[in-house]
Amino acid sequence: MHIMEGFLPFKHAVGWTIAAVPFVAGGLLAIKKRIRDKPEQRMLLGVAAAFAFVLSALKLPSVTGSCSHPTGTGLGALLFGPVAMAPIGAVVLLFQALLLAHGGLTTLGANIFSMAVVGPFAAAGIFRLARSLKASFAVSVFLAASLADLSTYVTTSLQLAWAFPDPTGGFVTSFAKFAGIFAITQIPLAISEGFLTVLIFNALARFNPQELQELKLLPADKARA
Amino acid sequence: MKRYQNLLLLLAVVLLAVVPLWLHSTPATDGSGKPVEIFGGADNQAKDLIGRIAPAYQPWFEPVLEPASSEIASLLFALQAALGAGFIGYYLGVSVAREKMRRAATKTPEKAASAD
Repeated sequence: MHIMEGFLPFKHAVGWTIAAVPFVAGGLLAIKKRIRDKPEQRMLLGVAAAFAFVLSALKLPSVTGSCSHPTGTGLGALLFGPVAMAPIGAVVLLFQALLLAHGGLTTLGANIFSMAVVGPFAAAGIFRLARSLKASFAVSVFLAASLADLSTYVTTSLQLAWAFPDPTGGFVTSFAKFAGIFAITQIPLAISEGFLTVLIFNALARFNPQELQELKLLPADKARA
Repeated sequence: MKRYQNLLLLLAVVLLAVVPLWLHSTPATDGSGKPVEIFGGADNQAKDLIGRIAPAYQPWFEPVLEPASSEIASLLFALQAALGAGFIGYYLGVSVAREKMRRAATKTPEKAASAD
């Protein structure tokens, strides 16, 4: 989902940066407030960031014969709310842009928007929807994390199609081409990310029920099971 | 089922990563019979696609620092994963120990109570 350095026209680069800034700022405020109110959740916040670090570093092979990576933003979005993931995702993307030439500074705004804004918000929304439809906790987490992952890559495809419409088919043809690269490759990886997020939630629910309960993710009865 | 859930999940993740390797074990060839690199990055493919859709487009900014080689790049990726995994492992270790101590603390008074 990394748009390479310099590969967004100037106007798009500026536009996406402006779009991403309020989320990162709002996320910083949300994290600051959370740590002030509940300092004991600092470690868990670190886990959410660490999870995004690990998963976005794992370039996995996919059925299309190319490699891509999960995003790891679903976990934090469910634990701390989607806005909190914007600055965390921004740190991951900045690390990769500065040290790895993976993504870039000019495309940072667009990449933050797809990975650290759209993904987390999709995760939070899908989780709530799945829970309201009486899906089990594990199934809801799986759907939230995997569809969030996929939505990030669909967003990248939309961003690129908008910047580079096909000369004959326009935006739609271009989107189909970019989605062919990103979204199809991502399907098995999104499933992996869903499974891994359920795994880490299982571990958290096993050892830290109070913390999850405080975050209002687990019903009171399940916490003691 | 619940008991093996974590194991099954891990197994599924490994399978999802291994099956593609097996599916694409022979290098694909493009039209002229030249072998195409398999398991390249999707990001690079998107870059190539931009080149085909808008051949006149010139990237207007260069990466500030580029890893000296693909070895250095994988070093940095491994470092990124290690930092994250290290922290998660530390947190889980602390959690397990805390849970054990809590259990031990609640058990002792019960034993004392049943003894008399």
